[in-house]
Amino acid sequence: MSQQNPAISKGIDWSLVWIYLLLAAIGIMAIFGATYNDGDPVVQSFIGFKTDYSKQLYFFGFSLLLGFFILLTDSKFFPATANLWYVAGLLLLLLVFPFHSNVKGTESIIRIGSSFQFQPAEFCKICVALALAKYLSRPETDFSKTRSQLIAAAITLLPAGLTILQSETGLALVFLAFFLVMYREGLPSIVLVIGFVVAALVVATLLIEKNTLAFILLGIGAFIALLLRRLIRRNKGILFRIVIVVVVCVAFVWMIVPFMFKNVLARHQVERIYSTIGRDVPGEYIRDTVQTPGKPRSNTADYNVKQSKIAIGSGGVLGKGLLKGTQTRYGFVPEQRTDFIFDTIGEGFGFAGSFVLLSIYIILLFRIIAVAERQRSVFSRCYAYGVAAVFFFHIGINVAMTVGLAPVIGIPLPFISYGGTSLLTFTILLFILIRLDADRQMILR
Amino acid sequence: MPVFNQSRSRIIRLIFLLSFIVIIAQLFYLQVISGKYSKLAMDNAVFPKIIWPERGIIYDRKGKAILNNAIMFDLMVTPAEVKNFDTLSFCRLMEIDTAEFNKRIRDAVFRNKSVRPSVFQALLTPQMQARFEENNWRFPGFALVERPVRVYPYNVAAHLLGYINEVDTRDIERSGNFYRQGDYTGKSGLEAVYERVLMGQRGVQYLIKDNHNRLVGQYENGIFDTAAIAGRGLRTYLDVDLQQLAEKLMTNKVGAVVALDPKTGGILAMASGPTFDPNELTGPEKNRNYSRLVLDVAGPLLNRAIKGQYPPGSTFKPLGALVALDEGVITPSYGFPCPGRYTLCGHGKPACTHAGGGHAANLRLSIANSCNSYYAHVYRLAVDNPKYHNAKVGYTHWKEYMNAFGLGIRLGIDLPSEDKGNIPDTSVYNKEYNGSWGSCTNLTLGIGQDKMTATPLQLANAMCIIANKGYYYTPHFVKSIDDETEEDTVLLNRYRVKHEVLTHIPDTAYRSVINGMHDVVVMGTARIAQIPGIDVCAKTGTAENYTILDGQRIKLPNNSMFVCFAPKDDPKIAIAVAVQNAGFGATWGGPIARILLEKYLNDTLQAKSVADLERIANANLMPAYLKRLQFKTDSTRARDWFKKTSDSSYIKIYLGLANTTGSPAKERSSKRPQKDRDAQLWLAILPDNRSLYKHQQALITT
Repeated sequence: MSQQNPAISKGIDWSLVWIYLLLAAIGIMAIFGATYNDGDPVVQSFIGFKTDYSKQLYFFGFSLLLGFFILLTDSKFFPATANLWYVAGLLLLLLVFPFHSNVKGTESIIRIGSSFQFQPAEFCKICVALALAKYLSRPETDFSKTRSQLIAAAITLLPAGLTILQSETGLALVFLAFFLVMYREGLPSIVLVIGFVVAALVVATLLIEKNTLAFILLGIGAFIALLLRRLIRRNKGILFRIVIVVVVCVAFVWMIVPFMFKNVLARHQVERIYSTIGRDVPGEYIRDTVQTPGKPRSNTADYNVKQSKIAIGSGGVLGKGLLKGTQTRYGFVPEQRTDFIFDTIGEGFGFAGSFVLLSIYIILLFRIIAVAERQRSVFSRCYAYGVAAVFFFHIGINVAMTVGLAPVIGIPLPFISYGGTSLLTFTILLFILIRLDADRQMILR
Repeated sequence: MPVFNQSRSRIIRLIFLLSFIVIIAQLFYLQVISGKYSKLAMDNAVFPKIIWPERGIIYDRKGKAILNNAIMFDLMVTPAEVKNFDTLSFCRLMEIDTAEFNKRIRDAVFRNKSVRPSVFQALLTPQMQARFEENNWRFPGFALVERPVRVYPYNVAAHLLGYINEVDTRDIERSGNFYRQGDYTGKSGLEAVYERVLMGQRGVQYLIKDNHNRLVGQYENGIFDTAAIAGRGLRTYLDVDLQQLAEKLMTNKVGAVVALDPKTGGILAMASGPTFDPNELTGPEKNRNYSRLVLDVAGPLLNRAIKGQYPPGSTFKPLGALVALDEGVITPSYGFPCPGRYTLCGHGKPACTHAGGGHAANLRLSIANSCNSYYAHVYRLAVDNPKYHNAKVGYTHWKEYMNAFGLGIRLGIDLPSEDKGNIPDTSVYNKEYNGSWGSCTNLTLGIGQDKMTATPLQLANAMCIIANKGYYYTPHFVKSIDDETEEDTVLLNRYRVKHEVLTHIPDTAYRSVINGMHDVVVMGTARIAQIPGIDVCAKTGTAENYTILDGQRIKLPNNSMFVCFAPKDDPKIAIAVAVQNAGFGATWGGPIARILLEKYLNDTLQAKSVADLERIANANLMPAYLKRLQFKTDSTRARDWFKKTSDSSYIKIYLGLANTTGSPAKERSSKRPQKDRDAQLWLAILPDNRSLYKHQQALITT
């Protein structure tokens, strides 16, 4: 596609392009597998722009065209306009509030005309990736300072906050992925550690009764104190710190998690979290007034996860074959062309197919990190990490959700899920990276 | 610019890798280790639809189908598709009201959800089906679905062929869950006995259903489907013409007729009166008809040929003679001076129709003239046989003879619930007479009375033994099964065994008894059974019987018994007839048997028989006490119903009070004083009170 411009084509990382094409092709095939009606003429349906797979094919064509234009753009254009992108992204996010359409309870979509709709929150990921890279690559930014770290966090979290206001918690969580970029650029490890500990404590609170958990935490604290008793003898401050940490943890378990579940999270979110661990929502977290006490309400999130697991599990080692999956073909799996598209692969091609797909993804991620590390300019490296983090978050959460490891969060599987906006967003993210990488010898600011 | 924190790149890669490994491990668990998900997916999406096979057809001996299959229609409704609907005209068409319509739709939604079809009305009558087909474009969401039903083209042999019905939980349990809800199984008659043969083999069609349980197509193009295998046909010995004739003769009579082929034990005809049209127990009116039949005290559902227990009366005499001859206590030339009654036991019983004149001068004559004294004495001779020293031992031997003749035991016919009649054991008499009894005590056993009872089938079978001079085949219907399997052969083999039970009795004995039975027709009591050109051997019987009604033992009119076989030298058919409370054996049983013999042996009836046929078919010999019994049973039920529900409507129905205004019954009853009507109601509630019954009689007569 870039034969006319040998200078650019020489620097292009073709492996990324090939992986991209491969994934997009798998995506169209999976959507075809999930939505094809027996007896429809295949070729006409693909051309007709009526079926989902046909639409996805056209989206893909459009994305390729856009990617081509991105490759033709000057690489300096992106660092130069990064802040503008960010402002535009925020404006689009704000525009949603007066102009949103109420599709499926989501308030995050702008509709233009009857058929075209647009989700700014998706698009904003590009803006944040660019803006964060721009900020971190400024010569005057000293990222070891707390102030810089806070500014970087604010850049990331501002669009996330706006997205939460649009009831798109899932999309908002994606922005947390950018902390990986900051970590790469020197964010103290303790932030990630605290993040993991918080996640672990939340999960533990769900699984274990909270008083028992408090005792376990005290026990762990005591055990650590015992291990460090020599250090403590020398320095009493360590003991003090251990006590503080344990107290904070217990407080978190006792008060903050229940508070979150009772007052902050929406009902469907609580249900989804509990369905992941395979339990009924406890009565104390149910705010429904209609609910009769003591009787767990039927959990639709539970149904989705169960059916998804059945779909994937029934694929077996080699799968049932394309168009043979009964779970995905006959409507048992919900949202099977978008969020649960992985089920089509899992059911149709079994463990072998799923493994191959995940391998392609991991190759993609590792390739992006390799590309990132060979950049001379900080901007390109940060941007590359941003892309890797976003992809990782999407892939990890989406697949983990379909196999029942993560709560149901409606985020698409990159390049495979049906949807114009998401395909376009991921394409732009990737092709900007390819474009920047083509000029990896240059220092971009 | 120096690159700081390069090592963190490795940590990030590690995080990526670990996350993916966790996910892949979970995938490995779901897809490779845990096997349950495939089954869950199958349960979700694949619906095994049972294809019911056609049941086997039952043929008569000439290959005519007497039990066949036909297609009827169920009206199905898919509630979700019932839109823009003219409920009123639909209800008028189906003869229901809108409330009923709404109820059925609600039921359908409850049973199967609104997107799947459910039965709206099972088995439409042909009229309704025609009306619906004319109008079905007006009623979206309704459709007709074929459903095979059993038909009986000749409207006969209800008791023999039996009927089928949906299995209940008990059937399912008993079959070890072989049957499933919705299967049909034979509930009586040959349908039940040969269920395994007739039912065929269920087929399965695997269909795909979607998340709303709608069927959307075949699973894997049907490669896992199994075709249904139709049930196999039964070839029977029944002669449907003979059967029709027999049932016609038994109209409005209580009793039974059995015709056997002595050479094979095949049952040529078996009719029990009163009977019913077997088609009443198929089709839309099935349940209503069944309740009516069950509640009829005359017992139309009872097959009296195998369940009716009749004292054989004089028809037993040939057997008594054979026993005595075989025991050597008499010879064919043995004579007994009969003065009109039997005097040797002191009480002058039994009485005899003839007196003196040498009517019992030898065996032949005694049979021809049916001398009671002769056979009472012959019985005594057999029981008091000096070689047994003791009457009880003698009796035991005598009983063994009876069992060899097939009396007092189940013969093993291929119908369910055969009765064995009664030849009492010594213990019965021991108990009754405190151990001190002798041949005089049960003297009348010798003339087929006392406690002796036998089913018409047993009597016919006993005739076969005499006709065959000592052997018989177990009476049965099924000659062969289409495509007979080994299992079938095992089933049928017990009917192919020759039972040589009494071949040790010398031929001379048989010959003299057979000659005696021939004389019965030529010059004795059964002259009515004469057929020109055919030597018929027969024996009449007129048996006393009693019933208990309203707490009193009532002597009912005698049962008319008749047994015969023909032709004498090459027996082709043996017949036993029992007509309850009809009078002399020769009056009703004789002509019935003769008509059947003629039909079977000559295939035409003589003019006399055609006239007799009409006369007998039109004669109503239903015992009079049945009306009273029916009234009592019904009103007892009405009382129980009233006790449970305080609903007097049944009582009113039985008294004819519930008729609509203007009907004669209503007017007649309304003319009577209110007090009397109350009394009537009250009586219906308390039917067992005999004084009130008299009071009621008084009320009615005044």
